Amino acid sequence: MHHKTVAEASAALRAGEVSSRELTDALLGRIEQLDPQLNSLITVTAEQARAAADAADERLSAGQGGPLTGVPLIHKDIFCTEGVATTCGSRMLAPFQAPYSATVVERLGAAGAVMLGKANMDEFAMGSSNETSYFGPVRNPWDLEAVPGGSSGGSAAAVAARLAPAATGTDTGGSIRQPAALSGVCGLKPTYGRVSRYGMVAFASSLDQAGPFARTAEDLALLLGAMAGFDERDSTSVEHVVPDYTDGLSRSIKGLRIGVPPEFFGEGLDADVRSRVNAALEVLEGEGAELVEVALPNMELALPAYYVIAPAEASSNLARYDGVRFGHRCAEPQSLEDLYKRSRAEGFGDEVKRRILVGTYALSAGYYDAYYRKAQQIRRLVADDFRRALEEVDVIAGPTAPTPAFNLGERSDDPVQMYLSDIYTLAVNLAGLPGLSVPAGLSRGRPVGLQLIGGYFEEARLLNVAHKYQQVTDWHKQVPEGFE
Amino acid sequence: MAIETADVEGIAHLARIEIDEQARAGYARDLSGILSFVEQMNAVDTSEVEPMAHPLDATQRLRPDEATEPDRRDRYQAGAPAVEAGLYLVPRVVE
Amino acid sequence: MNWETVIGLEIHTQLATQSKIFSGAPTAYGAEPNTQACPVDLGLPGVLPVLNREAVRMAVKFGLAVEARIAPRSEFARKNYFYQDLPKGYQISQYDWPLVEGGHLDIDLEDGSRKRIGITRAHLEEDAGKSLHEDFHGMTGVDLNRAGTPLMEIVSEPDLRSPAEAAAYMKKLHALVRYLEICDGNMQEGSFRCDANVSVRPAGSEAFGTRTELKNLNSFRFVERALAYEVERQIDLLESGGQVVQETRLYDVDQGVTRTMRTKEEADDYRYFPEPDLLPVEIGADFVADVRETLPELPDEKRRRFIEEYGLPAYDAGVLTATRELAEFYESAVTESGGYAKRTANWIMSEFLAYLNKDSLELADSPVTPEMLGTLIARIEDETVSGRVAKDVFEAMWSGEGGPDEVIERKGLKQVTDTAAIEAMVDEAIANNPQQLEQYRAGKEKLFGFFVGQVMKASGGKANPQLVNELLKRKLDES
Repeated sequence: MHHKTVAEASAALRAGEVSSRELTDALLGRIEQLDPQLNSLITVTAEQARAAADAADERLSAGQGGPLTGVPLIHKDIFCTEGVATTCGSRMLAPFQAPYSATVVERLGAAGAVMLGKANMDEFAMGSSNETSYFGPVRNPWDLEAVPGGSSGGSAAAVAARLAPAATGTDTGGSIRQPAALSGVCGLKPTYGRVSRYGMVAFASSLDQAGPFARTAEDLALLLGAMAGFDERDSTSVEHVVPDYTDGLSRSIKGLRIGVPPEFFGEGLDADVRSRVNAALEVLEGEGAELVEVALPNMELALPAYYVIAPAEASSNLARYDGVRFGHRCAEPQSLEDLYKRSRAEGFGDEVKRRILVGTYALSAGYYDAYYRKAQQIRRLVADDFRRALEEVDVIAGPTAPTPAFNLGERSDDPVQMYLSDIYTLAVNLAGLPGLSVPAGLSRGRPVGLQLIGGYFEEARLLNVAHKYQQVTDWHKQVPEGFE
Repeated sequence: MAIETADVEGIAHLARIEIDEQARAGYARDLSGILSFVEQMNAVDTSEVEPMAHPLDATQRLRPDEATEPDRRDRYQAGAPAVEAGLYLVPRVVE
Repeated sequence: MNWETVIGLEIHTQLATQSKIFSGAPTAYGAEPNTQACPVDLGLPGVLPVLNREAVRMAVKFGLAVEARIAPRSEFARKNYFYQDLPKGYQISQYDWPLVEGGHLDIDLEDGSRKRIGITRAHLEEDAGKSLHEDFHGMTGVDLNRAGTPLMEIVSEPDLRSPAEAAAYMKKLHALVRYLEICDGNMQEGSFRCDANVSVRPAGSEAFGTRTELKNLNSFRFVERALAYEVERQIDLLESGGQVVQETRLYDVDQGVTRTMRTKEEADDYRYFPEPDLLPVEIGADFVADVRETLPELPDEKRRRFIEEYGLPAYDAGVLTATRELAEFYESAVTESGGYAKRTANWIMSEFLAYLNKDSLELADSPVTPEMLGTLIARIEDETVSGRVAKDVFEAMWSGEGGPDEVIERKGLKQVTDTAAIEAMVDEAIANNPQQLEQYRAGKEKLFGFFVGQVMKASGGKANPQLVNELLKRKLDES
């Protein structure tokens, strides 16, 4: 039962072959049994899940509901969920219960999806390995010594381990695509503004975007259809029609122009990853796509620009965690300053503090132009590169991450080494484009992802290419050992 | 840009994060590493480039002026660390 | 040495919207603590700001009124600092790209001349909450009801040359925002707040002296006093060989002095950067044209019109146009009176404003309506009552005894214009006072007033004074 994809579960539910309650109970049982190895969930909401499943079953038996009615999923613990803890992977928010739900949570709930729990994540989404969580690291189901990627590592690991057919995540510099690649599942970061950010704890406001995890592109299409759309509570959400993303999934990709930038295949790319990605590109060629070399000359500068912009915005976004109105507060503060300094010192972990300090420095008097303004200028150069390239080709393809999953602890001592994990993903966030990662093989037993990048609001095209690829490959059907 | 231990103290104060004296050297090393890495940006001349603050070329939508939020103080304060008479309490601030 | 004072004002006006600038929480003053603070105002995780159209409209309206440039594209920025009444750790404000730039306001100086004061900019931002320092077991209480209330900060050029000019500018601006109906102007409630930048320099010098920033100048009186004190303090310092230190100072209302609040070194590094949760605001020509349609007649135009249309002296026109409400009151009363503009002006400026003042009432709470006052003036003009009796009628109206006709009727105050009746009273007065008659006829003409008094007394004040004069003259002079 747990091997069912969203589409399969949906069909079975509507056919009455299985009830949402049965499916929910089965997955809750699996979580109880298997998650202790993975630590992919911070909170399991068994009681609410069963109630939601029962309600979904009633609708289904009345012939009502949509494709997601009764389908269980997991929310990244960055999305506010009324009545359930929202920790954002931080001690700071360990005591926090939001008095409202994120738009993403509301929409998926309204579509009938059943929340099983809240996924572990890097603290405040800052990390590429899920090791910065206050609630402990998440392990990769493909190899328990390996990280699942981050920051949405819990979501990726849970979907890979068949604890749920789908999960939500957020992607600020690769936090959906990179863990999807490292954990061997599909993940989609939509165009900036496609999905509402309301109720999603902010990391870097101009880069953050929510998106789905699942095992197939078809499932991503179903999930995105429910998540996307204008929200009057988010000024940066876009009033743009939401198409039926499942519509063009099977369209032929004959003649599709796929841009392959040499900058994605340079130094630092693991040889195994290179060969898996090249093999994947050949598969697409075999489906009739045309591979074209395109240049992204400022690619290399995206990483440093990102590591100024994201921390700068974060330093401001995280100023509200001050121990006054919610969240962690230090014991017996002696003064207002003491309250702030100790609450924040105790509530935030090392990586979060590092980024707040970097961002504070980059915005401070005398350094703004050299760091922040400079980074925003480079951001434009990077976005222009993509714009030009996407005038020549329909999609851009390359590796999602430079290496397969690395071992726990392997990169935690050197922040810059860790940042390199996102070298192929974060430029996409700077530009605000949609990006998707689809499983494209294994290297020494650890998954490799193929990244597809499209023009603004061209999620449907990415889903189409990924779906065609999955029609002729079976990487997504492989199950990590121990999670069959 | 090399960050000294004393700089860490100043930045941490701006960010209102207490950092023990022993930990400052470590942060100074990490911050120096990150900053020297991001200084790769200087390799390209951007003097003619307009900074980009938002990924999309959109403009701000304006909301109708309607009071739509009811009083939910009790719910909003349910998880507050210290509240009395509806007020959030902080250590005495002398003005 | 002769010193020249240089002052620039930064005035924060709370915009009179129904809801907050970035949230749907109400803005009413005086609610129970934190009952008007929603998740956006509280800075809870994940919530986002959405800009209130009315706040933008009001700022544009102000910009048009001071003939400023309305920026076709403006931006919000975050001003980052930690304070207990600033829930997000940053204030959403405007920095590099304000909505309104480069306007001016003309003020009237004491010598009767006018002076043009430059307005550098006006920008939108959110207000902070309030702290209550009463004793909560040695703690401070924070009320965030005010957090997120729309503010327009109006920054003047350093064009003001004396505390009196600064007060005149502040009053003029206060009247203007109320005319525009964009701010209620209530200074007690903090709707209109003023900070000042002050420096002095040797007369004739071009360069500015070191300035201090004065905070908390929240009444017209305090502005003038605080500035006068600060100017004096700076001059004393410089003349005794000292130096002015750039710093923020707070005016202590009780002591009448300014004190150091924080020095330049202690000033925060605000780390402004573009607000990523809000997009650039674009104001099209249509939007501006729509707002322009709603512009009322402005104080200066109105004053000019009062002088021309009603033939009022400049002084009267100035007093009557000081607020939009008073000008409207005046115009309604004039219409009701049948167009007796000068008499109506006199009544408002003497009787009416004196009564308001005596009872400390706002215009809106006046028991005498413009209709009542206008009718009363009409009754003076049509000789139903004399001017003197009209004052009694006014007092009765003020005490809530009804409209002028009602009071006149009920109290029998209608003027006597019956010649025969007055003639009888005149005859009686002459007959009763033979001694005075004799003296009068002997040339002591000032006794004429005595006879008038006798007749008016006999009539209970109701005899038409003109008729009394005429008849007395004739009777006394006939022999």
